[in-house]
Amino acid sequence: MEGNPSCRQGAPVTEEKRIRTPLVDAVVADLRAGDRVLVSGVIYAARDSAHKRLIELLDRGEELPVDLRGQVIYYVGPAPAAPGRVIGSAGPTTSGRMDPYTPRLIAATGLKGMIGKGYRSAEVKKALVDHKAVYFAAVGGAGALIARCIKRAEVIAYPDLGPEALRLLEVEDLPVTVINDCYGGDLYTEALARYRV
Amino acid sequence: MTRIITCDEITRAVADLCREANYYLGEDVREALAGALAREVSPQGKDVLHQLLENAAIAAAEQVPICQDTGAAVVFLELGQEVQVQGGFLYDAINAGVHQGYTEGYLRKSLVYPPLDGRNTGDNTPAIIHTKIVPGNKLTITVAPKGGGSENMSAVAMLTPAAGVRGVKEFVLDTVKKAGPNPCPPIIVGVGIGGNFEKCALLAKEALLRPLGQPHPLAEVASLERELLAAINNLGIGPQGFGGRVTALAVHVEIFARHIASLPVAVNIQCHAARHKSVTL
Repeated sequence: MEGNPSCRQGAPVTEEKRIRTPLVDAVVADLRAGDRVLVSGVIYAARDSAHKRLIELLDRGEELPVDLRGQVIYYVGPAPAAPGRVIGSAGPTTSGRMDPYTPRLIAATGLKGMIGKGYRSAEVKKALVDHKAVYFAAVGGAGALIARCIKRAEVIAYPDLGPEALRLLEVEDLPVTVINDCYGGDLYTEALARYRV
Repeated sequence: MTRIITCDEITRAVADLCREANYYLGEDVREALAGALAREVSPQGKDVLHQLLENAAIAAAEQVPICQDTGAAVVFLELGQEVQVQGGFLYDAINAGVHQGYTEGYLRKSLVYPPLDGRNTGDNTPAIIHTKIVPGNKLTITVAPKGGGSENMSAVAMLTPAAGVRGVKEFVLDTVKKAGPNPCPPIIVGVGIGGNFEKCALLAKEALLRPLGQPHPLAEVASLERELLAAINNLGIGPQGFGGRVTALAVHVEIFARHIASLPVAVNIQCHAARHKSVTL
C-alpha cells in the first residue's frame, strides 16, 4: 500500500524539539509546557471504549494487548482510509473523557505520554508529576494535515470497536505542543494569564 | 403549483452534501481564519491558524474530511408546501443519503445505539432532521455535520426574566470560558434567546448556519453579537487554547418570543471546522 503524501508543516513561528518514541525519563524531563514538539516513532491510538477495556483487563489482573512502558497514547478515532491511503483524517479527540482511566494506566503500565486536546483533570496532572510523564495537544480538527504524518496504521486489538479500535500508528514529525509537563507546568493556565485582557 | 420531487433525487442530494460539507470548508470560514491569522498576536496561536488553513487546503485537494469527526448528520429541510415527495418516505430518503454519503465518502461513522452502551449503527444514521414547512414548491436541504467535541461544550440555561441581558451575557461567557480549549477554538458561538426549552436550542443551532460574521438584521441584536465577540476574545483562550486574542471568529444570536415567566438561553459551540452545505431542489 502506498503511503500518504509527506507531512508538511504550517510555517512554524516557534522553535521545535524533535523526539522519538518510546520515551525515557531524560526526554520527558526536557519538555516544558508551551514547547512545540515533532514526534516520530510508534504511538498507540486509543480512545474511550479501548480505555475502558484496558482498565477492565487491569482490574482482572490480565495482560494488556500491548506493552505501554515508555509509550505514547494518541486519543484519536480516525476516519476510514480511502483506497491507496494509510489512514483517513486523524486529529485528536477531547482528552478529558479519558481522565477517569489515565492515572491508573500511567501507574500500572509505565505509559509516558499522551496526545489529545483540551483540559486534563487535577488527578491526571498529579500522575504526570509523580510518574514523570507528559501530555501533549495536537491541533484539534487538523485531521487531514495530521494524516500526512502517519506512515503506517494497524489495528492491534478490539477491531469490533471500529473507529475506537486499538491501533498501532507509525508517525513522522507529528506536530504537537506540550500542555502539561512533569513539573506541574500547564500551558492552558499560563496562556490565559498571559493573554487575558 | 404542485411539484414532484422523488426520493431518489433527495437521497442523491443528501449523499453529495455529506461528502462536500466534510471535504470543503466554506469560503467564509477560510477567510475568517486568514483574517484571524493577520490579527493574532500569540506565536502559538499563529502556528495553529497556519495549520488550520493548510489542513483545509489539504482536505479540499485530496478530498478527505477536514476533521476525522465527521459528525452526526444534522439535516435542515425547508419543504415548500406545494412539493409532493414521491417514491417513498422523505425521512427514509434522507437517511439513505446519509448512509450512502458516509459510506462511499470514507467518512467516519460515529453514531451508537442504544445510547447507553450501544453499538455503532454502521452507517452514521439516523440523521437528526429538522423540518420547516415554507411557501412554494421547492425543497432546500442543508447538511451540517456536527462533531462531538464542540457539541459537548454547549449548554442551555433557563434564566428568569429578571436576569435580563446581563444574565444572558454572563451565561454565554461562562459557557465559553468553561469550554476553554476543548471545543477546538477558534470557535463560532451560536446563541438562541427566547422561545422555550427546546426552541432556544434549535435557534442556537440555526445561528451557526448564517454566513460567518454576517450581523443579525436587528441593530440591538447585532450590537449584542459584537459585544459578546469582543468579551470572548478578551478571555485570552486563543486558538486551541494555546493563548491569544482569537478565541471566536463570530457570535451569531437568534431570537424568538418568550413566555412572560421565562428567559431561556442556549449556547451551541461550533469548532473551527464549521461545516454545512445546502442545495435547493
